[in-house]
Amino acid sequence: MSWQVYLPYVLVMAVVTYLVRAVPLTLVRKPIRSTFFRSFLRYVPYAVLAAMTFPDVLFSTGYTLSGSSLPAWSAGLTLPWAPLLCAAVGLLAGTLFAWRGKSLLTVAVVSCAAVAAAQGCCLLFFR
Amino acid sequence: MQHEFRTGLRHGVAIGLGYLSVSFAFGITAVAAGMTPFQALLISMTNVTSAGQLAGVSLIAAAAPLTEMALTQFTINLRYALMSLSLSQKLDGSMGWLQRLIFAFCNTDEIFAVASSQPGTVGKRYLYGLMVMPWLGWSLGTILGAAAGSLLPEFVRTALGIAIYGMFLAIILPPARRSLPVRLAVVLAGGMSIALFFLTGIGGGYRIILCGVTVSALLAWLFPGEEAAP
Repeated sequence: MSWQVYLPYVLVMAVVTYLVRAVPLTLVRKPIRSTFFRSFLRYVPYAVLAAMTFPDVLFSTGYTLSGSSLPAWSAGLTLPWAPLLCAAVGLLAGTLFAWRGKSLLTVAVVSCAAVAAAQGCCLLFFR
Repeated sequence: MQHEFRTGLRHGVAIGLGYLSVSFAFGITAVAAGMTPFQALLISMTNVTSAGQLAGVSLIAAAAPLTEMALTQFTINLRYALMSLSLSQKLDGSMGWLQRLIFAFCNTDEIFAVASSQPGTVGKRYLYGLMVMPWLGWSLGTILGAAAGSLLPEFVRTALGIAIYGMFLAIILPPARRSLPVRLAVVLAGGMSIALFFLTGIGGGYRIILCGVTVSALLAWLFPGEEAAP
């Protein structure tokens, strides 16, 4: 990626992220009074992470809606949406383990292993 | 005094090891989006945030406008404002303006959690020590992942792409199981995001902002109060 394209983006990312962290730590030294605003801030992480996860997680294994530029390993399978199926299997496994309160690392590893297993099964059964 | 720095350093080791694996996945994603390993590393060294960086990389890949990037980063990272506000009450006299400006750089979810769980107030030596290992782990994992991303076979890379979403699930689902309002926040924001994705052509950044702000405001109105959300 060319630096002319990359640098402005990274500068904006770093500056905005830093200001969000630094301004409340330095300028605001009193507790927030508004109950609505405090509650709002408490819900933001959950709403944001849920919106980032769905539906994007289904495309994390390389599936695209247009069906173009699919992963090379899935070429020639009788199942054109195999990568989508594998992502769904990974999502299911991750959901089960996360729901039971497993650690970040465990859930991440289990999700990856489930996708890999599903990919292997697709290669075995849908050739 | 000196051993406060070492205590912080020690408390940061577990966080750093955890970051190593997550940033490994980020490194792979960044290279897949067209960045060089060094460019991926530079993002991690200057941002130190998982969700913000992931959204940032996909916005760069989509050639999104800079305003969309700025607003998206602001919304995704808004949670840090809350953590900084909360931690601001816990700092001792050694944390002046300059020390606060330095520590703000590394106030991540996990560092915040460890710092807030310390008894009494915390000072600069402890916090500086606490920052070191997570920042190193985050940077090292990124460069390793970015390098591996160009070496590992595609079959493995596609399987690793889900890692960061697995981490998101591990963050949002346990509180969702315990608290009805959080459960609603997750289901409503996820559902709204899916609907906007398939029904409109709205950009990924604005989709996250719209879902995050609307759902959080709705739930803060329906379920206000400290105990409603963990």
